[in-house]
Order: sequence, then C-alpha cells, then structure tokens
Amino acid sequence: MIQVLTFYLFASIMIAAGAFTILARNPVHSVLWLIVAFFNAAGLMVLAGAEFIAMLLVIVYVGAVAVLFLFVVMMLDIDFAELRAGFIKNFPLGLAVAVVLLAEIVLGMGAYRAGALELGTPDGSGAAPAGASNIEAIGALLYSKYLFLFEAAGIILLVAMVGAIVLTHRQRGGVRGQNIAQQIARRPEEAVVNTQPEVGKGVSL
Amino acid sequence: MDFVQSFRLAAPEVLFSLSGLILLLASAWTRSDRGARVITWLTIAVLVIGGAMIAPALANGAAGPDTLAFSALFTASAFAAFAKLLIIAAAAASLVIAPAYFQRLGAYRNEYPVLVLFAVLGMCLMVSSTNLLSLYIGLELNSLAAYVLAAFLRNDDRSAEAGLKYFVLGSLASGILLFGISLTYGFAGTIGYDGIAAALTGKISTGAVFGLVFVFAGLAFKISAVPFHMWTPDVYEGSPTPVTTFFASAPKVAALALTVIVAIEAFGNQIAAWQPIVVFAALASIVIGALGAIGQTNLKRLLAYSSINNVGFLLIGLAAATPQGVAGMLVYLAIYTAMTIGGFVAVLMLKDADGNPVESLADIAGLSRHRKVLAACIAMIMFSLAGIPPLFGFWGKFVVFQAAVEAGHIWLAAIGIAASVIGAFYYLKVVKVMYFDEPAMKAVGHSDWMHQALLGLCAVAISPLGYLLTKPLGALAATAAGALFIP
Repeated sequence: MIQVLTFYLFASIMIAAGAFTILARNPVHSVLWLIVAFFNAAGLMVLAGAEFIAMLLVIVYVGAVAVLFLFVVMMLDIDFAELRAGFIKNFPLGLAVAVVLLAEIVLGMGAYRAGALELGTPDGSGAAPAGASNIEAIGALLYSKYLFLFEAAGIILLVAMVGAIVLTHRQRGGVRGQNIAQQIARRPEEAVVNTQPEVGKGVSL
Repeated sequence: MDFVQSFRLAAPEVLFSLSGLILLLASAWTRSDRGARVITWLTIAVLVIGGAMIAPALANGAAGPDTLAFSALFTASAFAAFAKLLIIAAAAASLVIAPAYFQRLGAYRNEYPVLVLFAVLGMCLMVSSTNLLSLYIGLELNSLAAYVLAAFLRNDDRSAEAGLKYFVLGSLASGILLFGISLTYGFAGTIGYDGIAAALTGKISTGAVFGLVFVFAGLAFKISAVPFHMWTPDVYEGSPTPVTTFFASAPKVAALALTVIVAIEAFGNQIAAWQPIVVFAALASIVIGALGAIGQTNLKRLLAYSSINNVGFLLIGLAAATPQGVAGMLVYLAIYTAMTIGGFVAVLMLKDADGNPVESLADIAGLSRHRKVLAACIAMIMFSLAGIPPLFGFWGKFVVFQAAVEAGHIWLAAIGIAASVIGAFYYLKVVKVMYFDEPAMKAVGHSDWMHQALLGLCAVAISPLGYLLTKPLGALAATAAGALFIP
C-alpha cells in the first residue's frame, strides 16, 4: 500500500514537473523544474529496485547535465520568446507525432502481450550473482568479465579529450601567464622604489 | 579466467594502448617540429613491433577457442591477424608521409601520430571482436580519432567542414548501428556472434530481420558503400591529404573485415537474409562509384569515388559467402590498400612551384612532359585501379569474380565486369590528360624523398612484379578465411 502511494506521489510530481518544464516562461525555472523531474524519476527507480540507476540519475543528470543546462541558459544570449513563437503553428504537427509514438507503444506492448513477438532468451552471461545488490552485480561484471571493454571505453574517453584539446587549444600572444620561479626570485630592489617627491609635484615612474 | 593467457593473446593491443599513453605524455613535453617527428617515428616503430607480434598468428593459422581472450570478448584469429597487418601497414604508410605535409603548413602537432595509434587500436579491436559490444567499442574508438584527424587543419575551412560532416553523419550511422544491435540482442538474447548464429536459425522473425538490416546499414556507412556513400567525397576532399590516405586505406580495411566477420560469424545462418543487401550494395557501389567519378575535376574526389567503386568489387567477394569469396576479398583488399596509398601519395606529391598542393585534374595536364616518373606512376596506378591485365589490380578483381562464379553467381560477376568498363573510362581519362593534353605546367614543385620512396614501393607492388606475390598472398588469405569459417 505504502509503495503504491509513493509510486503515485513520485509519478504525479514527475509528470507535473515535466509539464512545467515546457510551460514555464522563464528558462531558468524550466531547468529547475527539470531537476525536480529528475529527482522524482530517481525516486521511481529506487521503488523499482534499481538503486544504481537512481544514483546515476542524481549524479549525472542533476549534478552534471542540469547544471550544464543552467550554464547554457544563463551564459548564452538566447531569445526564448522567439524560439517559442512557432508553438501554436506547429502544435498540430507535434500532437500528431505524439499520437503516432503513443500508438506505436500501445501496438508494440499489445503485440508482445498477445504473444506475437518472440524475443530471444537471455543467455545468462549477464545474470546477477544471487543475493547481490545491483551495484555489486554491475561491479562484479564490469570489473571482471567486461574489464577489457571497460578499459577500452576509458581509452575512448581519453581520445575524446585529446581530440577536444587538439581542436580548440590555441597558444595566444599577449597572455600574462604566471612564471612562478621568476615571481619568487624577484628582489625588493627591483620592485620597490623610494622617492621623496616635493610638495605639489607628482611622481614620475 | 586466465588473465595471463588473455594478455598474451592481446599483447599487440596492450602494446598499442600503453605506448599510446606514454607517447601522449611525451608529446605534452615536446613542443617542437623535431619532437613531433621523433614521436611520429616512435609511433611507426611501435606499429612495426606490433605487426611483428601479430604475424605468427597468421602464419600458424590460429583459429578456434584457443584464440579467445578476456572471457571470449576478443579473438586473435588468423583472419583478425591478416586484417591487422594490412591496417598497420596502411597506418604506418600514412604516418610516414604526414610530417612533410603538415610541417610546411606549420600545423604539425605531436597528437597526430598518437591519435593515429589510438585509431589503429580501435581498428584492431574491431577486427578482433567476437561480440557486438566489442564491435561497437572498437568502432567508436576508431571513429572518434578519425573525426579529429579529419579536422586536424583546424584553421582551414574545408578541413573543419570535413571533420564536422564526418562527425555528424558518423554519429548518425553509429546510432543506426546501435539500433540494429539492440534489436538483434532483443531477438537473439545474446551479443556474442556464436550465440546469435545459434539463436537465429531457420526462419527468423521480422524484428530480427530489422535488426540485421540496421546493422548492415550502419556498417555500409563505415565502408562507404552505396547508398550510404554521400559523405565520402566531401570528407576525402576536405581532409588533409595524409589523413585522406589514412581514411581510404586502414579504416576501410577494418570496416570491411568487420562486415565480413558480422556477416559470416553472427549472421552465418541467415545468408539468404543478408545476401540481397550485400549484392545490392556491391552493384550499386560499382555503378554509382563509376558514374559519380566521371564528372569530378578534383583528384581527391575522383579517388574517393574510385574507393566507393572498389568497395563494390570487394563486396562481390562477400556476396559469394564462401571461403573462396572471403579469401579473394582479402587478396583484393591487400592490393587495393597498395593502390589507394599509391594514388593518394601521388596526389600529395603534386605541388606547384611554391609548394602549394595541386589537386585539380586540369592542373596535371601534360604532366608527363616535366615529371616523367611521377606521371608514369600515376598512370600505372590508374591502369591498375581499372583492372587492366598486366598490372596487379587485375588479379584482385579476377579472384573476386572467380569466387562469385564458383559460388554460382554468374550474373553478379557479369554485371560487375560490365560495370567495371564504366570505371575504366575515368581512370583512362586521367592518363589521357597527363599524356596527351597541352602542358599546364602547374605541378612543377619538388616532393619529399619519403613520398617518392613510398610511391615507388606502391608502384612496384602493383606492377607485374606483384604477380610473384600471388602464391603466398593467396595462401595467407586462404588461411585467414579458413579461420573465419570454422563451424
């Protein structure tokens, strides 16, 4: 009973937050509503017993993606009113796409329920060890059986980083970078000048 | 799981990744042209050592469960070894020619050889894959490095455009491939090739066919087969020429080998399902590659269409779906690599008096008057690409068509041969422009000795002397193909 109640609580807040995300006038509010939706989705995942995905949602989506959105919204000069201008005009088209997607889901689920779709049987290579929490299960697979691919994926990320730096890093002239050795080695005599200016006359440096 | 055994089997890949990391660190502290050249040669040395470590697997005809490493996620079979040796040779060749080209523009950086090394690592994972997951990881590693390489001349608009185009379309293709992979997984219940082959036997459901079609569509993009070829001319034209040399050789070999692996190992019990796709892609690539090249005035675009055309011929070997067909395809692949590297190196050597690259067909008019050897080499490569008998290019086409005829696809071979006549037109046009037109006296600049040496090597390989290689090459290709067809 309490589970059902919690489910409906999270689910309804999430749908409401999703609706506010697209309806809010202020883009910053949109992003904040999105964060609310992510948190509630994480709650739903915990209810479903997938605590690892729940944590990923909070860490990756709330911690990184949503903050990135906030940065984009605040830093870039985007005219959101203009972006929203075609809303009424394109509304029927959007509705049609939504109806098609809904029909696809209903038909797909219907066909699967009716037994028309024969899916493959899992070969058991990804089966979780009995009694392990799903973080443990994922870790056990990722760091033993799939270690090779895990490391290879790490190299992909490294290549992506190297690529981003290669394509964007430039050495510009006129930049006052730090030269720590030189800064520390500076003597007072080089930096400080004692003068006794006469009254009414300025100093020339 | 025996990690020691796994590491022994994957030693070349481990070597590539470790030396890639070390060279990356080294390149962070050397910021001179000299340093970049040293790193390039170190990378080539690493590639050569890796090649030497791979060669025994091919010589021994390694196959079967003994070649599986890392809980059967990786295989060091003879087929993979053959493809890897070709990939390494092509990558080393495109590294040899790079410093001279980039340093003239003042745009050479240490990361270039390192990215090529990581791309090679990705390609090795691709051809060694035993399941859809390692396939995708290898493909992405290779592709990400390739996107960066395409845009390496970041101040050049065309290079940046090529990189962006390649990235957007490549991501789309990856998406299509992943969609296919997820459908295949859903209907087969496993991502291992042998498991998929066991699950998808007899009549399969529509969903599984969809998965198969999407997987092949994604792969067709990577090998630039028609109808997924549109990116090729733009990317090949815009990328710096050494990068284009790399794109046209190594990743093409890897993607074609991967297509063969997926077709034979994963969908080996569904030949009737994928054969029409491959036949269509083969014939369409031959015809569109030939027709598209006719109107081109840029040599790099022309060679890009030529590579589309050649992919068509290569796919005929796969369409035969026999060990002979795959062996013929491997022989052709080796010859194609030599021809395409030679072709792009020749383009690289065309420079005007100030050293600026000359790329248009009109500019090489009458080249035979003032650059006799270069013109002769280009003519040889063109004749060889057209498949005219005394040259080695003919042998590649011959073995592929022979395999198709033996497998009973006589009409496929007949259409292919008829369409190759269209291709001969534009290859011969290049020769005609060089030998019979009024000299334009544009391409008069001197070329680097390294480029000359590499072009000479390629020219010797595709000359009639190449026929001395038919026996050993054929035997190695047969061993490699045999490793793939073990039930």
